[in-house]
Amino acid sequence: MHELPVTQNILEIALRHAKAANASRIMSLNIVIGELASIVDDSIQFYWDIISNDTIAEGAKLNFNRINAEFECKVCGARYKLQGNELVCPDCGSLQIDIVAGKEFFLESIDVE
Amino acid sequence: MTKRVPVVEKIMSANDRIASQNRAKLDNARIYSMNLMASPGGGKTSLIELTIKNLAERLRLAVIDGDVATSIDADRAASAGAVAVQINTGGECHLDAVMLQNALLQIELDEIDLLIVENVGNLICPASFKLGTHKNVLISSIPEGDDKPYKYPGMYRGVDALVINKIDLLPYVPFDMDYFRRGVEVLNPGLITFPLSCSTQEGLDSWISWVLQQTQSNRII
Repeated sequence: MHELPVTQNILEIALRHAKAANASRIMSLNIVIGELASIVDDSIQFYWDIISNDTIAEGAKLNFNRINAEFECKVCGARYKLQGNELVCPDCGSLQIDIVAGKEFFLESIDVE
Repeated sequence: MTKRVPVVEKIMSANDRIASQNRAKLDNARIYSMNLMASPGGGKTSLIELTIKNLAERLRLAVIDGDVATSIDADRAASAGAVAVQINTGGECHLDAVMLQNALLQIELDEIDLLIVENVGNLICPASFKLGTHKNVLISSIPEGDDKPYKYPGMYRGVDALVINKIDLLPYVPFDMDYFRRGVEVLNPGLITFPLSCSTQEGLDSWISWVLQQTQSNRII
């Protein structure tokens, strides 16, 4: 539900960087979204088509690079991905884990003309 | 000719900047602040009412209430004895740093010791929008089920304290406390928790003492 303000932020960041690069048109945006970031890319696309109208980003393609969540056990060092609901280490059952990937949410780059 | 411009900018950075300004403003006024989050019906307003009633003699309290519409919650906070400001988000599912910034303008900051912000009832969106408050507190309630940490990891990961409300209902609903706590521990190791019931007031004392102690120790600088 919070994808509208999020999409407005994406547009603001992209326009600012495009201006700094003296670009006349933004062709595409490369966005990194981790599995744990609670962001729905379909919704971003929906709002994007509306709010990018009449800007140099109108019609720009949104590329989403989805990062899977990945965990590392602090006890036995095992690295693993989400398996169903359970988050504990599948090897030793430890609860002490680090989230090593999946929290990302940033605009990586834009392609401009 | 298309060229690639590297950006690498966090998409929430604009909100985060305003959140830092809010924090500075609160620190400046020596106000301690908490952002209370929960699902609809989790007990945010009830816990706030009880907190006000128990602390009104020792602390000057303000409540900022985020709701999609109506001022029911702010009215409850006001009648319990706090300065109350209502923010109607007009459909937005969360508070953001700008809404808090505006709400702070409506409060005489010098006259407040503790500010409680009641976020919009929702377990997803508020986790993504920092407000600038000192502590983020989540209320989870027994009837919501023991799987909530697994379904809303973003929310459980980002909080500084967890209230487990409605423990008086434990005998009546299936709720595996070990499974629940295991999920919490993985996402947020060592998180301080307060199992309590706003109805029977069991467990309420340790929450009240913690809020008081946090407020006092953070205001005496």
